[in-house]
Amino acid sequence: MAEQIIFYILAIVIVVFSILAVSSKLVIRSATYLLFVLIATAGLYLLLNFHYLFAVQIAVYAGGIMVLFIMAIFLTHKPGATMNQRMSWKVKSSAALAVSGLLISGYIIIKNVVKVAGYLKGDELSMQDLGHSMMGTQKYQYLLPFEVISVLLLACIVGAILIARKETGNDPKENVKDK
Amino acid sequence: MLVNTVQIPVPMIAYLIVSLIMMFAGVYGFLTRKNLIMILISIELILNAVDINFAVFNRYLFPAQNEGLFFAFFTIAIAACETAVAIAIIINVYRRFGNAEVDNINTMQE
Repeated sequence: MAEQIIFYILAIVIVVFSILAVSSKLVIRSATYLLFVLIATAGLYLLLNFHYLFAVQIAVYAGGIMVLFIMAIFLTHKPGATMNQRMSWKVKSSAALAVSGLLISGYIIIKNVVKVAGYLKGDELSMQDLGHSMMGTQKYQYLLPFEVISVLLLACIVGAILIARKETGNDPKENVKDK
Repeated sequence: MLVNTVQIPVPMIAYLIVSLIMMFAGVYGFLTRKNLIMILISIELILNAVDINFAVFNRYLFPAQNEGLFFAFFTIAIAACETAVAIAIIINVYRRFGNAEVDNINTMQE
């Protein structure tokens, strides 16, 4: 019973704040609403007994990515400036597209998902099992993707530095940022 | 280790509906916004909905295995990479064009 109440609170938080996040006028407010959505999603993982996934979601999404977003917003926006909207027919057609997609997918889900699925409530996944499946090379073990992710992270750090580096060349058209 | 519970506290369809609404909110924001950071926030919403689905399908349909869990991990890691590179590009676009809106970016190189 308590689990249901917590789930419905989290579901309402996710739905309301994800709609507010895409319809807010201020970009910093959207980022804050996105933070609420991410934390409520972490709560859903906790409710599903994925404790490690909860920790990863809080650390990577709500910690790292949100810091990146807020830094980028402060670097590229004047504080308090509202965003331009698209033309109203574009907003209306996109809203129609999103709502129709929602209805079609919702219909398919309600029609097809068996309501009584085998929900085995396991214990918390032990760290030992997790480490074995992350570091093994057999079936259902994930050493190779783990290593590939590490190489990808390295490449993306190098690429991000290379892209965002301030060029020290003497190009006069470079400094257009003061507006 | 695994204990079968008799009654299911929350049906699977409830989780799926939540992630469905989150995903289409992301689609709406992706289509309507002109600001590059808002587009990136919408992409994060879509990716997060996918992560919820991975975790839920793992827990409800295949509870003895951990594939969905690991897919969600790797999706989160790749989303972090993608956000870092995209924010670097956005800062560079801002430096070059003076704002971060998609309509102003017509040329790859001046």
